[in-house]
Amino acid sequence: MSSVTAEPPARRNKLSLRARLRRDRSLLLMTVPAVVLLLVFNYVPLFGLLTAFQDYNPLVGVWNSEWVGFDQFTTLFGDSLFWGSLTNTLYLSFVQLILFFPIPIALALLLNSVLSERLRNLIQSIAYLPHFFSWVLAITIFQQMFGGAGLLNQFLRGNDVSTWDIMTNPDTFVLLVTSQAIWKEAGWSIIVFLAALAAINTDLYESSAVDGAGRWRRLWHITLPGMAGVIMLMLVLRLGNALTVGFEQFLIQREAVGHEAADVLDTFAFYYGIATNNYSYGAAAGLFKSVISLLLIWGANKLAHAFGEDGLYRK
Amino acid sequence: MTETLSIERTEDRRETAGRRPVRQRKRATRPAWEEPPTAAGQTAKGLTLGVVVAVVLVPLWIIVVTSLSTQAAVNRAGGLVLWPTDVTFEAYRVMLGDSTVRNALLVSLGITAVGTAVSMVVSILCAYGLSRSGSVAHRFILVLLILTMFVSGGLIPTFLVVTELGGYGQWWALILPSAVSVFNILVLRAFYSDTSADLIEAARIDGAGDWRILWSIVLPTSRAVTAVVALFYGVGYWNSFFNVMLYMPTDSEKWPLQYVLLTYVNRGNGLPGSVNSGFGSQFAQTAPLSLQMAVVVLTIVPLLLVYPFMQKHFRVGVLTGAVKG
Repeated sequence: MSSVTAEPPARRNKLSLRARLRRDRSLLLMTVPAVVLLLVFNYVPLFGLLTAFQDYNPLVGVWNSEWVGFDQFTTLFGDSLFWGSLTNTLYLSFVQLILFFPIPIALALLLNSVLSERLRNLIQSIAYLPHFFSWVLAITIFQQMFGGAGLLNQFLRGNDVSTWDIMTNPDTFVLLVTSQAIWKEAGWSIIVFLAALAAINTDLYESSAVDGAGRWRRLWHITLPGMAGVIMLMLVLRLGNALTVGFEQFLIQREAVGHEAADVLDTFAFYYGIATNNYSYGAAAGLFKSVISLLLIWGANKLAHAFGEDGLYRK
Repeated sequence: MTETLSIERTEDRRETAGRRPVRQRKRATRPAWEEPPTAAGQTAKGLTLGVVVAVVLVPLWIIVVTSLSTQAAVNRAGGLVLWPTDVTFEAYRVMLGDSTVRNALLVSLGITAVGTAVSMVVSILCAYGLSRSGSVAHRFILVLLILTMFVSGGLIPTFLVVTELGGYGQWWALILPSAVSVFNILVLRAFYSDTSADLIEAARIDGAGDWRILWSIVLPTSRAVTAVVALFYGVGYWNSFFNVMLYMPTDSEKWPLQYVLLTYVNRGNGLPGSVNSGFGSQFAQTAPLSLQMAVVVLTIVPLLLVYPFMQKHFRVGVLTGAVKG
């Protein structure tokens, strides 16, 4: 008798696969378009990575192209252009980390201290705006402000000072692209930090103030620890993406400053892969980047765990 | 990992909801325990935030003013115009009278409209399909989706797949490869999972199927997040130019506005195919600055039209996804 009462819940878990499929068929059907698109445009290209081990010939396709083993990689590692773009990528990534990363945190702290909600929302709306601009637009705006015929030089000429073309100077290109990235994305990046700030319990501030902690002490002992998790997460993401410094930004400006300064791994794959029909070579460069990137994400995440933070996922 | 993602999303949501009292703290009065600000501190804060606002707004102002200026005003200023003196819409008239720009505008609007519609339908369906916990295979599909955020074939293999499918020079090549954003699906799913189970159960008892529930219950209760995700997709399509460079680099009839902006304004080139249009040849190096700036403004206007309406939803839509995104 007792077995009968125990049965219904047990039976619900043991619905046959066929019955569950029948029950959830519309749910499954709904996921089909997305799954198909991802299979075709994300999973099938994974097989396309095989071309990195071939001498791919577009006329015969992936299956019939000649296999060459690691030849593409051997050539790649002997290519000074490749090493140039790898060094550029790491250098740019490093400079962006140092100069860009602290800004949104500082801005979020500053904005958070603005008392009037209206004013704060207004500033936020304006700061977010450039995030929605395309790189073409952002660079056009920079060109108009700092380019050879731009506002800065217009002003310098007007005052009989010699002109200064920032947009085409390979030596200061690092600073240029970093300031572009800051202009375009720093405002948007404050969102997560503002969220972290809003989640801090205000009672902590009050009680520590009552205990005599000044505003800097509160910043150091309450605010920053409260943001530590999000800061670490953002740092992990950034380190994991160290080999991706922004593709379109460099593609658009490559002509103006020359490839020595502007080539990064992504533009390398594009210019020496697709633009020259040397697909296998470009795919090899791309594969190299993907593998190192995965290692970086994994390593950065390990690092976050070592510091006792969540990183990308909880341990 | 997938479970952590979803649980954390919901927690964040609840925190946002429970954060209301905190927000009320900001009613322009300082809590009693907080020290009054120093004059120097206030000034520094005001200056910094003022600079942040200015670096965004001043260039936009200058560009708009220049686009509205006469050639004489541009000459007098020696280039960009800082303050409107004699306002004219001549540049806009010339620009919209040109077939290249009109064409590009239509292409951009078309890609954005069709692309956003496709992306939204696919994403909403997928997000709802994965939002009912306990449904068959939903974990497997979720893992399949999330993996694509970490592993990808990269530029060239994707290009080869699209071209081998015959996408070169085709409209769909600008839309389908980037139609699905897993991140957006996860954001939508987090909201759909939160829709009251009681409400859904009640609807089910009334005989509603999943399609009906999605359409009549889930979608109406998650308008804000739908709007934000649509904005993200829309902006992505409106701003895209690299796909054009990959799949239709020579077909100037199919160029969207961003590509025209790059070729005409940024590089000062004339378009190879449009010498007859008058605009292309006129534009090569010597196009009036006001005309160039009018093209710039044209690429911003659609964004500025929707931005104010979306703005209030950002906090709801973005924070939920972004905190652990």
